[in-house]
Formats: sequence, structure tokens, C-alpha cells
Amino acid sequence: MTVVLDYGVGNLTSVLNALRALGEATELVANPEAVRKAERLILPGVGAFAPARSRLTPFEEAIRERVAAGKPTLGICLGMQLLFERSYEHGIHEGLGLLPGEVVSLREALGAESERDKRCEIRYPHIGWTPLRDPCGRLMAGVEEGAQVYFVHSYGVLDAEACVAWAEHGVRFCAAVERENLFGAQFHPEKSGAVGLTILENFLRC
Amino acid sequence: MPSLRIIPCLDVKDGRVVKGVQFLQLRDQGDPVELGRRYWEEGADELVYLDITASHERRRTTVELAHRVAQQLFIPFTVGGGIASVEEAAEVLAQGADKVAINTAALNRPQLITDIAERFGSQAVVVAIDARRREGGAGWDVFAEGGRRRTDREAVEWAREAVERGAGELLVTSMDRDGTTQGYDTELLAAIAEAASVPLIASGGAGAPEHLVEAARSGADGLLVASIVHEGVVSIRQLKQALAEAGFPVRF
Repeated sequence: MTVVLDYGVGNLTSVLNALRALGEATELVANPEAVRKAERLILPGVGAFAPARSRLTPFEEAIRERVAAGKPTLGICLGMQLLFERSYEHGIHEGLGLLPGEVVSLREALGAESERDKRCEIRYPHIGWTPLRDPCGRLMAGVEEGAQVYFVHSYGVLDAEACVAWAEHGVRFCAAVERENLFGAQFHPEKSGAVGLTILENFLRC
Repeated sequence: MPSLRIIPCLDVKDGRVVKGVQFLQLRDQGDPVELGRRYWEEGADELVYLDITASHERRRTTVELAHRVAQQLFIPFTVGGGIASVEEAAEVLAQGADKVAINTAALNRPQLITDIAERFGSQAVVVAIDARRREGGAGWDVFAEGGRRRTDREAVEWAREAVERGAGELLVTSMDRDGTTQGYDTELLAAIAEAASVPLIASGGAGAPEHLVEAARSGADGLLVASIVHEGVVSIRQLKQALAEAGFPVRF
């Protein structure tokens, strides 16, 4: 059983649909006890960091407990960003701090990195199919170098110890993370076709 | 840049896929989810469903369509056709659609673009523009109601305004080329790509792989295809091959 945390942020239907298509029993939950007990938890999320972070507060302790206990947990998109220490999206906001690293604007990172790329007309937000680089670990099992997945985001983690796949859009950023049974995907596996379903299936095996 | 997207467009009427030629003749081509699945398996990067059901049932059929597609297909998809309010957009997005396309309703009430973008983000709002070249060649007229009503707007100006109001993507159909298989209107695409800072989907006229290459060179980020793939003239893979050979990133 995989539960999807419903904390009032964005659309969860597609994640549920993908899990069901893989034959997984699933339900939406919105109470800390269910978060604590769930065999596997998915933390979804779209939109801005700060409001999502405050909506997550009632579940924070339960998430920490289950991660500490080694229960499989997957953050998707903003859900992955929330696992890190802080985000610079419209101010500075503390994340859950379950993984070391911070979330920054890709556009600003590009500006800081070099002038040359400005000629390339990189557009933000980064929306679309982009190749994964150096996929490794359990979450990425069976995913080939260069396999493409679907992204919708403006912010990202440029570097993280836990990184198990990279992608590039103007700058290189972390596309997926894994540390023990804590996982994150900056892209949307539920919208990434066969590759995305493989990744979700890998999570279901954890 | 992300891969150039090949986007089969499925016109749906009363729950069945049809394809209009120059907005007129309709021929039945099958079940929207089954056809969508076929295109996904062939390598489609995204799907666009336009519900052209004419009756008062349309709102219900659109939501049902989004529901069925989202349950079975796991690539991004857009739903359009008569969506006229934030509430209706919300119903479609709640079913699992990634974007809604709005056209006539946005022309009637441009604030709708902003209202949907503020609630769901610009990435969820596609403004569809049906354009026909003006006689004498100075710009393009924008048409509403599936090409039946000429408005007093010019397409490039309207594209610019739509983006300012919050459109995250533009889906631009050349009515002159739609159904002709003579190629996209690349002048129209280039003019809009120059004026608008969001991704541009080219529509209307694809008949051969080189047409997609021309549109990409004119600034399109996505290429809507209909009869060229519906009738099996070429495969999606062949279209991507042509783009790759021309130096554009694609997803195989």
C-alpha cells in the first residue's frame, strides 16, 4: 500500500492513477497518523515553496519519524525540494532538512554561472522532456543513460550528495535523489511515460 | 533546451475522435484513449484533445474525456474545446489533465487567462489561436468559435497580450493551412515566436517530415500533428528522425 499525502497542494490524481495502473493499492491521506504508519509514502507538490512548507507543518513530525525508521518515502517535484534544508524561492524558507542541500532559481544560477548561455535563449520555467544523466541507485534501476523524463519547474537543487540522476537546462541540476529509503524526483514520473512508470515501480519495490 | 515535442491532436465529438479538414468535414476515427495510447506507444511526447461536441452535454463530455485519458495515459496532455470558466478549467485539471486550452472564451473575456493562471499556474494555461492571413498580407485575423467568427483582433498582437495576461503556451493554428498538408504557416509562426516569450505549438498543415523541420526553424517548440499521423502517412518516429537529422533535440 502506497499512500499519497494530501496537504492541499496541487493535483494528486495523476500520481494515484499511475500507482493504480501499476497494480498498487493506494489512497490519499491527510492525517499524521496515516503518514507515520504508511508502508510507502509519496509527497507530491506543485506551486510555490513557502505555502507548501506551511501546509506540511502538521505532518512534519510524522514524516521525520517514518524517514528515521527507514520507511520508503518519495518526494515528487516540489515534494522533493521540501526534503532539503532551505529554498530561495521568494525569500529564504527552511525545508524539512532531511537531505543536505538547497533549492535555488535555475535562471539565477545560469546568470551567475556564465554569460555565454544567455545567447542560448534558455526559457524558464523548465517545462518539457529532458534526458537523465548518470542514473544510478535503486530508484533509477533499469533507466538508461539519456532516458527522457518530463519536468515542470523553475527552481532546483544544483548539487546534492544524494543525487542519483542529473539533468541540464541552462545549468546542471539534480533530477533525482536517494538516501537509504528516502527518494526524490524533480521531474514527474507519473507523466514521464514508460520511463516514469519504471521509476515508480522501483519505488514500489523498496 | 528541452526536446522538441511531437503532439498528436485528437478532435473529439460525442466521445469519438474525428478530424476536420479545413474545419468542415468530419470523419470518425475511433476511441480517444485507444488512439492516444497508440500515439504514446509510437513516441508522442504529449497529446492535445479538443472536444468539439456541440450540444449542452459538452461540459460533461470534456470532463469525462479528461478523466478517461488521465487514468490510462501517463504523458502530459491538454484538453480544450469550449472551456469558458475557471470552474470548468478546475474540473478538467482535477481529473489529471496537465493543461487546458482556451480559445473563444479568452477572446470574449481575456481576464479568464489571468484567472486560470493565478489559480493553477501559467504552465496550465494554453491559449489557442485560430488565425487566417489577411487579404493583402498585413497580419493575420483571429477567428473565434472554431473558425466560424472573425474577430477584430490580429494574431501577433493577440499572442503578445495573451502572454502578458498569463498564458504559459500558445497553440497557433493556421486556418489557411489546416487540413491541406502543405506545411505550417512559417511566417505566422516566426512572427509569433518573435513577439511571445512562451513555448509555441505550431498547428495546421503538417503533411511531411520537412514541414516539421521548417516549423522548428521558425521558432516552434512543439508540433501539432493530425492527419499526417492519423492516416499513417508517416510515423512519429520518422518525424523525430527528420528533426534529429536537422539538429533538433528529440526524445526517442
